[in-house]
Amino acid sequence: MAQERLVQLLTPEGERVEDPQYSIDISTEELKALYRDLVMVRRFDNEATALQRQGQLGLWAPSLGQEAAQVGSGRALELGDYAFPTYREHGVAWCKGVDPVQLLGMFRGVNHGGWDPNENNFQLYTIVIGAQALHATGYAMGLMHDKSDRAVVAYFGDGATSQGDVNEAFVFASAFVAPIVFFCQNNQWAISEPIERQSHAPLYRRASGFGFPGIRVDGNDVLAVLAVTREALARARRGEGPTFIEAFTYRMGAHTTSDDPSRYRLAKDLEVWKLKDPIERVKVHLSRTGQADGAFFAEVDAQADEMAAALRTKIIEMPDPDPDEMFAHVYAEHHEPLERERADFKNYLASFVEPS
Amino acid sequence: MITMAKAITAGLRRSLEKDSRVLLMGEDIGKLGGVFRVTEGLQADFGEDRVIDMPLAESGILGTAIGLALRGYRPVCEIQFDGFVYPAFDQITSQLAKMHSRSLGKVKLPVVVRIPYGGGIGAVEHHSESNEAYFAHTAGLRVVTCSDPEDGYWMIQQAIESDDPVIFFEPKRRYWDKAEINTEVSSIDLHQSKVRREGTDLTLITYGPSVRTTLEAARVAQTEGRNLEVIDLRSLSPIDIDPVISSVKKTGRAVIVHEASTFLGLGAEVAAQLTEQCFYSLEAPILRVGGYNVPYPPARIEDHYLPDVDRILDAVDRAFEF
Repeated sequence: MAQERLVQLLTPEGERVEDPQYSIDISTEELKALYRDLVMVRRFDNEATALQRQGQLGLWAPSLGQEAAQVGSGRALELGDYAFPTYREHGVAWCKGVDPVQLLGMFRGVNHGGWDPNENNFQLYTIVIGAQALHATGYAMGLMHDKSDRAVVAYFGDGATSQGDVNEAFVFASAFVAPIVFFCQNNQWAISEPIERQSHAPLYRRASGFGFPGIRVDGNDVLAVLAVTREALARARRGEGPTFIEAFTYRMGAHTTSDDPSRYRLAKDLEVWKLKDPIERVKVHLSRTGQADGAFFAEVDAQADEMAAALRTKIIEMPDPDPDEMFAHVYAEHHEPLERERADFKNYLASFVEPS
Repeated sequence: MITMAKAITAGLRRSLEKDSRVLLMGEDIGKLGGVFRVTEGLQADFGEDRVIDMPLAESGILGTAIGLALRGYRPVCEIQFDGFVYPAFDQITSQLAKMHSRSLGKVKLPVVVRIPYGGGIGAVEHHSESNEAYFAHTAGLRVVTCSDPEDGYWMIQQAIESDDPVIFFEPKRRYWDKAEINTEVSSIDLHQSKVRREGTDLTLITYGPSVRTTLEAARVAQTEGRNLEVIDLRSLSPIDIDPVISSVKKTGRAVIVHEASTFLGLGAEVAAQLTEQCFYSLEAPILRVGGYNVPYPPARIEDHYLPDVDRILDAVDRAFEF
């Protein structure tokens, strides 16, 4: 098979390279800001993994290795653009301004999400694989109906490309020429199943069958991801319809903290991908070109540690909800049988109180 | 006089007029007007942007309706036939039903899913099912069913006005039933049950396509000297149980009638609640008449599956034998 085209603007060795189709003009300050995002997101993710290991979270889905795909696409989004995440888009949430503490509630087991999606235009995490691709498409259709100049990004992984909902989303978005970007992080693994089990053809090529462009980008190159996503969003805004982006990356951690990758993949593969680390290449580039020095990197690390410490405190102090909360938001309007059940439950709990 | 199908059309029309956020989505609902013509003429009057022919994918219709609702719209989805709703099952039960609670009340999804349901029209497989219990079993959904033109007209409007998702079951073999309707004012809320016939000797509890059959059974019973009360539940989630309890306390006997198989059907829930609430008033066990626990049978024998007047009266007889 011929070498597949891969958009790259920053090599794993930290060298800027040209791409025939995509370019990016980026200032030192912008590049340093991206580096800061990448470090903060990884620090957050590692802290969450540690919190799970210490029993503070029931589960965690690490984004380790996928920071550039998430920060690059997340920073391409404008304020009014809407993101529909899976359960692993911690880096996108960071870029959209979602308080990281809020992401942890569902993993701690105190709620099933709970944040207001409209506050930061960042929808609740979706666990059923691919279901959000349709929500994103419907939202994009709503934007068209509103004659809005905003666009939507639907996030999903390589495993989700096998789902009916994702394929239906392609059909609907194409038929309605909806302003949407399908952003697929191909991290090579759907829990234990390699990409070969999902697709015989490179994923980005699927788009052409649905009638819109597909492009494969180095998902560990934050600049390339930023450039490609910006162009796809611009295309959506111009009314030209969807784009499929395959961000070629690697899940460096486990699927979740309950997973054991040593049972199904080789340790040496991870070593190969470590050489393509999304953060290291930006650091090398900033250093080699003299755009940043050790003091800058130390300052970013200190900020990340500070964020992680604050996060840890907030999580440990995060209270369990009142059991009555499970009845509180099932319906928007009054539901008599539910209210009776709720009252029965309250009386049952009260029956345990010793008479004074 | 207006048919139930056209009464629902009129209700949809009024909702489209009242609120520009209301959108209709479905397969063949535009130029064709839907396979039962319930959306006939609406695309011509409200445009292709509001009465939208969708690609042929039920999960896609529901999933995009959720996205449109997130954007502030009030989508009304048509599922062409009962047996075609299952591809959308995840979007309805895991996504639509749970978004309000997952967001701790911050997201409302006012989506209506219209499903023509039930048998008795001589259809092929997957076109005659009564799958209301699946949805009534899912917290976060509201489930209702009309049984005559007036309810069709008002209930569809009330469902669209609800801030919760509503599964709206339309008994397809009653689409052509005609009646005069009051379009000035609705006499009853969406989730109230209705006493369709007052009686003293036994309470028949039913909904949807079986309402007419049950009323006929009550008329026949009258000729045999039995005065039966008939209650139309109308709402299957929530169930407005208090009027049913009052009735059964009065009559002491109850028979529940629906097309869906009785095994784990709505009747089982109603019977359980009545047993809890009316134990000392009951003169006989609560009996159920419904479909058997089999796949919906081929059309030439469907009359044996569907509860008819004789099977209802047989259950009534048994209730009086205690």
